[in-house]
Amino acid sequence: MQIVVTIKQVPDTAEIRIDPKTGNLIREGVESIINPDDRHAIEAALQIREKLGGSVTGICMGPPQAIDAISEALGLGIDKGILLMDNYFAGADTWATSFTLGRAVEKIGDCDLIICGHQAIDGDTAQVGPQLAEYLNIPQITYVKDIEEATDKKIVVKCMTDKGYERIECPLPALITVMRQLNEPRFPRFDWLINACREKAPIETWNAADLGVKASQVGLQGSLTNVINTFSPKFERRGEILEGTAEKTVKDFMKILEENKLI
Amino acid sequence: MSIWIQQELCNGCGICVKICPYGAVEIIDTKAGINDRCIECAACLASCKEKAILTDAKEKIVPDFSDRKGIWVFAEQRNGALNPVTLELLGIGQILSRKLNQELSAVVLGDVVDDLIDPLAEFGADNIYVAIHPSLQHYRTIAYTSIISQLVKEHEPNIFLIGATHTGRDLAPRLSRRLGVGLTADCTELTIDPEHGDLLQTRPAFGGNLMATIVNRYSRPQMATVRPGVMQQVKRQVTRDPRKIVKPVSLTEEEILTKILEIVDEGTQKVHLNQAKVIVTGGRGVGSLEGMKRLESLALALGGEVGGTRVAVEEGWVPVDRQIGQTGQTVRPEFYFACGISGAIQHRAGILGSRYIVAINKDPMAPIFKVADWGILGDLHEVVPLLTEKLRQR
Repeated sequence: MQIVVTIKQVPDTAEIRIDPKTGNLIREGVESIINPDDRHAIEAALQIREKLGGSVTGICMGPPQAIDAISEALGLGIDKGILLMDNYFAGADTWATSFTLGRAVEKIGDCDLIICGHQAIDGDTAQVGPQLAEYLNIPQITYVKDIEEATDKKIVVKCMTDKGYERIECPLPALITVMRQLNEPRFPRFDWLINACREKAPIETWNAADLGVKASQVGLQGSLTNVINTFSPKFERRGEILEGTAEKTVKDFMKILEENKLI
Repeated sequence: MSIWIQQELCNGCGICVKICPYGAVEIIDTKAGINDRCIECAACLASCKEKAILTDAKEKIVPDFSDRKGIWVFAEQRNGALNPVTLELLGIGQILSRKLNQELSAVVLGDVVDDLIDPLAEFGADNIYVAIHPSLQHYRTIAYTSIISQLVKEHEPNIFLIGATHTGRDLAPRLSRRLGVGLTADCTELTIDPEHGDLLQTRPAFGGNLMATIVNRYSRPQMATVRPGVMQQVKRQVTRDPRKIVKPVSLTEEEILTKILEIVDEGTQKVHLNQAKVIVTGGRGVGSLEGMKRLESLALALGGEVGGTRVAVEEGWVPVDRQIGQTGQTVRPEFYFACGISGAIQHRAGILGSRYIVAINKDPMAPIFKVADWGILGDLHEVVPLLTEKLRQR
């Protein structure tokens, strides 16, 4: 079983702050982490490999420091990491990202199963997985919360719907996107982490030429959507504060409701 | 586009070989040549003093799409019932339709959908595209993608909106890749650029810390998924005669690939908080299940629903299907009572559309007060029961 896991390095949004003057994100001092859902994707891949044998390859598109995410994934136990790194990959929307990842999966060749995290915490789009599946012309199952059965030929999963869940059977090769309910990710092994940082670590770096793509097909150039404006959400309200004992504040509030004919 | 070397002009100096970051330029027999590693970045062009490197590259241009007309919405149905987001899409669709002076159409797929035609028309659809087939009974990615992509190619709409439900978020990206068009996820605001007529798609990113406006200039239809509970549905109108366009379907199980073995509806799942007029939500300050009971009484007195923040859900005081905020539901009630909620941005992002926000908290520094119309500074365990009692007396 040849499994590919997509990994994204993201800023820890729990720590994100906005510059009140410019409205821009303050990225300085914000830690980069493996996207939380991708950890569950890695765990799912490792569990399947433990049952069926084979290998798990992690692919990650990002700047040079994204190698930290790959090293961590090697520490968790993936067999090989590939960093897709090129200045021309920068600024990609999901269209250009799924194309670039798709070319990488084609270059790896003969994948039986691709596992992606449900969505990334910086973009929250959940689009790259299905777009990658379509690019590769293989079936997809999203919102996977349980893998009941995985063999060399097929996979049976539970995926969440708006009302509950469905049990779905799908032949391989296929792509699934997984939810955090799926599993409890393991911790990295210290010795593997150290090995992952050595020169001989099984990490390859592929650029645009290695993927055989043109500059115009990837990154900002290859994107179909453009961000034209960003701003902090505005929350403008009356902001009237009622103070005093509970009796007084409730009385004041009831009066406001009555005066404004709200009750 | 490509890059090539005019052999007569090349003096074989080799500067371009050093400049190329990809090893795509080589000297062969004293002249430079470009190999298949070239990504057409054009880094070599300026380096050549002999001007021997040429390109036919053009600037990326914005195509003219002025002939693309029509706003489409995906009418999501399950067992013959429309997902409420469909009506919200028709609501925003009508606004866009008036602005652009283009027709609004709904696309509905299923095994039996006849009962949905009239409601779709009454909620604003001028045209209804219908595909009926046994294999379309339940949503499956490949089946729906196949039929809808054919419809889009045949009728070439300008805008295509899909609800950001589980189904919509599975379908829309698949469809966008098949159609070769851009897609914006989970929009909370859609307007028309007065200058170019493009759809301006605004959505939260970074967990609601930042809003981004995105435009789709290079492809049509302009596709977006829309967050449920954000757009307002229109009032039902007198029945109009909709134009129904039936799409013939041929699909085989072999091409659909996925098989649904079982569908489990978990009864308690999905309380439609986005329909509630009053919501009383508890956060960390609620402290316990008993604390939550006080909030339930208040909700009952007001004929409303209860909700919870992520913390309240994780503590087990509120079921997960009542979580409100960025990772839960987006709500827009008349009255939103935030009780014992500090007001993390992820939570605030989910309540922006509320008519009035009332915050009850004992911490005067709590950020929730900044977004509240009225902030009651005090212990919710005293204030809430008292308020409930006063309201009951009326």
